[in-house]
Amino acid sequence: MTRKNFLHASICALAITIASGAQGADVNYDQYGDYAKYGAAADVPGACSYQAIDQKDYSGRTLKVISHAVPVIGEPTDLHARQFEALTGAKVDVVHIPFGDLYQRIMIPFQTQQAAYDVLFYPSLWIGDLHGFLAPVPAAYKEVSGMKDVTQNYKDVATWGEEMVQYPVDGDRHYLKYRSDIFDDPDMQAKYKTETGKDLKVPATWEEYNAVAKFFSGWDWAGDGQPHFGSAEVTKRDDLMFSAFISRVAAYAKNPNVKGGFFFDLETMEPQVNNPGWVKALEMFIDAQKAFPPGGANFGLGDEIFSFGGGQALMSYSWDDAFIQAQEKDSPIRNKVAAAPLPGASEVWNRTTKSWDKFETPNTPPYITWGWTSAVTKASKNQDMAFDYLCFFSNEANTTLDLQIGRFGVNPYRTTHFDPKFWQDKLGWEPKVAETYVKTLSGMDDSTNRVFDLRVPGVNQFMSSLANGVAEAMAGQKNAQEALDGVAAQWSEIIDKIGTEKVRDAYANVVALEDHGR
Amino acid sequence: MGQTGLRFYKFSFLLPGFLVLLAIILFPLLFTIRVSLSGWDAIAPGLNWAGLTNYAHVFSDGRFWEAMLRLSAMAVGTVLVQYVLGFALALLVWRDILFRRIFRVLFLIPMMTTPVIMSVIWRTIFHESLGPANDVLGLIGLGPYPWLTSANFAMAAVMLVEIWQWTPFMFLLLLAGLLSLPREPFLAAAIDGAGPVRTFFNVTFPLLVPVSIGAVVIRLIEASKIMETVYVLTSGGPGTATETAGYYIYIKGLRDFEIGYAASLSITYLVIMIVLLTIIAKLLVRIFIGRSA
Repeated sequence: MTRKNFLHASICALAITIASGAQGADVNYDQYGDYAKYGAAADVPGACSYQAIDQKDYSGRTLKVISHAVPVIGEPTDLHARQFEALTGAKVDVVHIPFGDLYQRIMIPFQTQQAAYDVLFYPSLWIGDLHGFLAPVPAAYKEVSGMKDVTQNYKDVATWGEEMVQYPVDGDRHYLKYRSDIFDDPDMQAKYKTETGKDLKVPATWEEYNAVAKFFSGWDWAGDGQPHFGSAEVTKRDDLMFSAFISRVAAYAKNPNVKGGFFFDLETMEPQVNNPGWVKALEMFIDAQKAFPPGGANFGLGDEIFSFGGGQALMSYSWDDAFIQAQEKDSPIRNKVAAAPLPGASEVWNRTTKSWDKFETPNTPPYITWGWTSAVTKASKNQDMAFDYLCFFSNEANTTLDLQIGRFGVNPYRTTHFDPKFWQDKLGWEPKVAETYVKTLSGMDDSTNRVFDLRVPGVNQFMSSLANGVAEAMAGQKNAQEALDGVAAQWSEIIDKIGTEKVRDAYANVVALEDHGR
Repeated sequence: MGQTGLRFYKFSFLLPGFLVLLAIILFPLLFTIRVSLSGWDAIAPGLNWAGLTNYAHVFSDGRFWEAMLRLSAMAVGTVLVQYVLGFALALLVWRDILFRRIFRVLFLIPMMTTPVIMSVIWRTIFHESLGPANDVLGLIGLGPYPWLTSANFAMAAVMLVEIWQWTPFMFLLLLAGLLSLPREPFLAAAIDGAGPVRTFFNVTFPLLVPVSIGAVVIRLIEASKIMETVYVLTSGGPGTATETAGYYIYIKGLRDFEIGYAASLSITYLVIMIVLLTIIAKLLVRIFIGRSA
């Protein structure tokens, strides 16, 4: 080698070293199963990286983690726990609990003052009940690159008052999914125009949604010899149906001109659940049943995912799962779907003037609902290790993998996740699909008229009562007004029992998020 | 050893058994009663004193009483069908028929399966667009039926699964009863020229009444706790059409985390069940065996 060549080679080697320092080595998933088939993810340098966590030594210490059953959030909990063990020498005990049992398995140790777990994974809407038992996220972890990249919406979801007590690991929201191949098909457009006199377009209001859904119900519009249907919705009473209903209510009852409460009037704490906006939404929900597939009135989330994702229904709205299912490699409708904001309403109830406000552009408040989250318990004696585990769990490399595996239940929550190129390159989505998905999801962050979950103490009691009332109306046991009057009466009882001020204090946090964001 | 010492000596032998009894039966029951007198929920942890507030609320809780009525109809209906089917199957394999042993094992299989898993399988069978129930009925020109989305069909679906799963239990008890019957009454009936129907009503059934009452009461106790089937198949829906007391208590206790109130519902349910089942057992004995028994 000549001197010149040696110098050239040295410069190249240095450049590669610097470049790999910036990007980090690829993470090897081979030893943890078949995750390598999703490709390699680069370790992004920083406090949560593989390289940084590898420097920690937690030998002889045990981290106790409670998480959901495998696969949704349970599987990534396990995978990253095993990696964390290998890197740090710690022992990580993960307990997996079915959803129906998770709340009490978390709550009872808290109430009996046992430090049963160091780390919790749970639905973020339980923050109203759990925040007092959670350790605030230390300032150092708020400065890591992954956390800085979390969008404001999901920082808000993780925050109680002014304190971040939940560690963001997922982002959830409801949005509309539809079959773009059918909406874009000139034959279908012509047929719709001929039979209804209207243009076939992606529904901008719930009235349009119901009309289109009913038109496309009970016949073979997909050309596969099977009857297809207009709408798949989550309707099973105790299977998150309340979220589907609130998605419909938001348009009619979250008036951008009326601040101070969607679920309650913050001043009086009078439940709003039976006001005309809510009742109208329930009537529309009942009406939509005509467009459900057979059995659609008893669809749990899993049924909704497979109905839309399997090509049975034209439209659906809920979390990402059905969309991801539709985009799986073996899906019959891969790249034939698109995302859009939830439909809205042209008339929105104004609880101050007791009248309907008219809107030229339909009112479409995004519904930021649910989302898995994580936290470290205040009573944990391993808070250092616990936060390191969560920061490692959600580092850039791990999140790159988790986002690609639909069954993990990890959905976009960082600015970098809202890049269409990611979905095109990693998952082979067509540009149009990726663009509607990213645009719909990221657009929700910009809204200043949003609906969040009812993040107050006793949230499960409120939602259970709501789901029961809605289910009674859907089954025809009561009319919409009667059913929601019953729910309002029960909500008043629950408030009396918990304490008006306690609920009001908590609800003020929700109202702040809903009306103007943090 | 004096009388007192002897008594203490005898009692000390009973003590271990008594303590075990106390630990596994009485303590949970007493603890539940104590919890039912508290306001333990997500907001107020622990055993504060709420007096009879929860019980007062139980009496005005229409959803609970409707669930109790629904449960009663479901339990009585399923147990009666299980009894008839179980008896028929037991009679079938009581006789010397071909493959009798295989049938005996085959009939027991549903009872040996896990209720939750089988409910999931049945939910798939009843799936209104993908499940085979409607497909099979369609072959003979019936259906499709809204198995899980119409109140009456959903009730029928839940009952069908219960009947399928627990008829073998009835079959097992009744077969054991049949196999233990003396041969003489049957020989006497045959000599007197009684046919199979008359033999059944005048000999077999009366001889099997004590076993039948035991089997029916045991099944009623079990059927009153229907929970997994409802949870998996319908979640109590549509609306509240299939919600049973057990499922409602589960919702209140584990979903809504109203532990104190759920405990008071459980105790109320327990008392009602003890009273009702005692009355039913006594009535059955009085009707089928007579006052003297």
